[in-house]
Amino acid sequence: MSVLLRALRHLGWVCALGPAIVALAVEPIRVGEFSSLTGREAGLGQYTHMGVVLALEELNAAGGVGGRPLVVLAEDTQSKAGESATVVRKLITRDHVVAIIGEGASGRCLEGAPIAQRAGIPVVTPSATNPKVTAIGDCIFRVCFTDPFQGTVMAKFARDSLNVRKVGLLVDVASPYSLGLAEFFRQRCRVDGGQIVGEQRFSGGDKDFRGQLTALKAANADALFVPCYYGDASLILLQARQLGITVPILGGDGFEAPELVQVAGAAANGACFPVHFSTDDTAPRSRGFVERFSKRWNKVPTGVSALGYDTLMLIADAIRRAGGTDPKSIRGALAATTAFEGVTGRIAIDAERNARKPASIVRVEGGQFRFLQAVTP
Amino acid sequence: MTELLQQLINGLSLGAIYALIALGYTMVYGVLRFINFAHSEVFMVGAYAGYFLGPCLGAGTIQGGLATLAGAMAICALLGVIIEKLAYKPLRGRSNLTVLITAIGVSLLLQNGGQKIVGANPRAFQFAGPGGVNRSLFPETQLHFRSLTISSNQLIVLGVALALLAGLWWIVHRTRVGTAMRAMSFNATAASLVGINNSAVISFTFALGSALAGAGGVLYAMNYPSIDPLMGTLPGLKAFVAAVLGGIGNLPGAALGGLLIGLVETFVSGTRASTYRDAIAFAILILILLFRPAGLLGRMRVEKV
Repeated sequence: MSVLLRALRHLGWVCALGPAIVALAVEPIRVGEFSSLTGREAGLGQYTHMGVVLALEELNAAGGVGGRPLVVLAEDTQSKAGESATVVRKLITRDHVVAIIGEGASGRCLEGAPIAQRAGIPVVTPSATNPKVTAIGDCIFRVCFTDPFQGTVMAKFARDSLNVRKVGLLVDVASPYSLGLAEFFRQRCRVDGGQIVGEQRFSGGDKDFRGQLTALKAANADALFVPCYYGDASLILLQARQLGITVPILGGDGFEAPELVQVAGAAANGACFPVHFSTDDTAPRSRGFVERFSKRWNKVPTGVSALGYDTLMLIADAIRRAGGTDPKSIRGALAATTAFEGVTGRIAIDAERNARKPASIVRVEGGQFRFLQAVTP
Repeated sequence: MTELLQQLINGLSLGAIYALIALGYTMVYGVLRFINFAHSEVFMVGAYAGYFLGPCLGAGTIQGGLATLAGAMAICALLGVIIEKLAYKPLRGRSNLTVLITAIGVSLLLQNGGQKIVGANPRAFQFAGPGGVNRSLFPETQLHFRSLTISSNQLIVLGVALALLAGLWWIVHRTRVGTAMRAMSFNATAASLVGINNSAVISFTFALGSALAGAGGVLYAMNYPSIDPLMGTLPGLKAFVAAVLGGIGNLPGAALGGLLIGLVETFVSGTRASTYRDAIAFAILILILLFRPAGLLGRMRVEKV
């Protein structure tokens, strides 16, 4: 069996190299990417990038777009504020990219995308969920759901499925992502007659949350909502359980990374959060993606890998539909997307350049993210 | 009341780590009259030493944990001596500013060298246990007293810190080399005139201070198990503040300053002003220095001309 597989893979290489040799003569299409490849949110950037690379290899193996191969020029934002603007400027002025795959973290996407907007280069972000991101201008798109959607969904889930009335919030005041999610969660919670019994703040990158968590424990909440990325989340989960907080802890899509479980260990069990893509999904398109990704990287993909894959595939599709690599016509084709079949579901781009699509809620059980329920907008 | 007690324990276990790092700053200052800014990177190296030694020395058991702690301390002591010999010794007798800038250079070298060698990505300070479940450096349980919950890790931090402080006190006050250290901090020239080998005492001071920073690094990583090459900067800065707060050059002052900073930070975190945590800790430093420029336990000395 494995011999057969190996033979098939060699055949694949031959098929891939054939058109590539022909394509050497033609100028490749340059697509930029700015992503957190190192630093605090490196897991987010790395997993997204692996999805992008998989899409790139498949596209080029199939002959590229319009007979021209694609290249992705990836720049690292180091998970730091202040880097995104610099690298986006570099991608546009030096590398002359025709489209850009945006940073997955909202804060840094908000920093880099306006530069692309000014230059008229379309940006598609895989996982920046803050509503302000696509409000930057008509060149900025996304293939994921938004914060109003996931904040609302988690508030509904807390009330309907967990029967929670009193919620405690722990918010990262240095992150637009965290503030946005907390705001929409709070709104929905109030509408439903729920109560926010305590609200504590921290700054992303803090290590000690015991002070805030002790105060939240004293507030006697039925559940905690902690919208932040996995790096902070894993330490929060660990310290919460150490302090004897046993109520469910809910988060946002930023929880999804293997590091959450590696750092927090058993303390991560029971945490619930929305994901863009569940590996438990049984749709053939999703199954095929999980298989190809696992084979290429020897790792199970996360939601952002699937989103990264879809982002580059959507850009390639738009270039094909635009019939050329003029950034303006690519932008037009992206805006006109009505039914792009991605591995994360069917994507339609609405008038606000957001993708309308369903989400899944998962719960951590024994170190695995188990599918709990699907929610639609 | 429970909340107050809980915050007290949280604050003490954080402050104990600051105290361990602060002692290194204050000891080097006492002997050499300069701030060793590379100290916070020695703390980081301590955490990584624990990370790599842990699996070999059987982390997850009490003996294994203690062995890892001792190993990390030894590695840091060695690193401290090497830094002193290579970077600071050639500058002996130059102006303090030259040594200070060199210290910042060593700090940057270790930060960026660390990123190059172990990578910039944070690592989980957890060790593979039986059944594929990750576990902490020491066996971990939660102790409950009514509604008070104390993690055994917090108690270990406090216990180890106290033991190390007692050991340090014994070395400084009851051994020959400790007496030499005190003599040097009192008057280095006079000390060398009565036959104290200044060079050896300085090396010993660096070894001792760096070993404490290494222990601090391992304990910090155990309590906040995500480590990266830049992790030393903020705790290092806080510990420096603690050393100044207590009176730089004064050993009990550094310990007191560390505990105070840890307590203030934790109590502020539990209030609505939690985002101003660092600002409030530093504001207290400014206030104390306004009224007691030599720090809490520092002795005022009149400059003699």
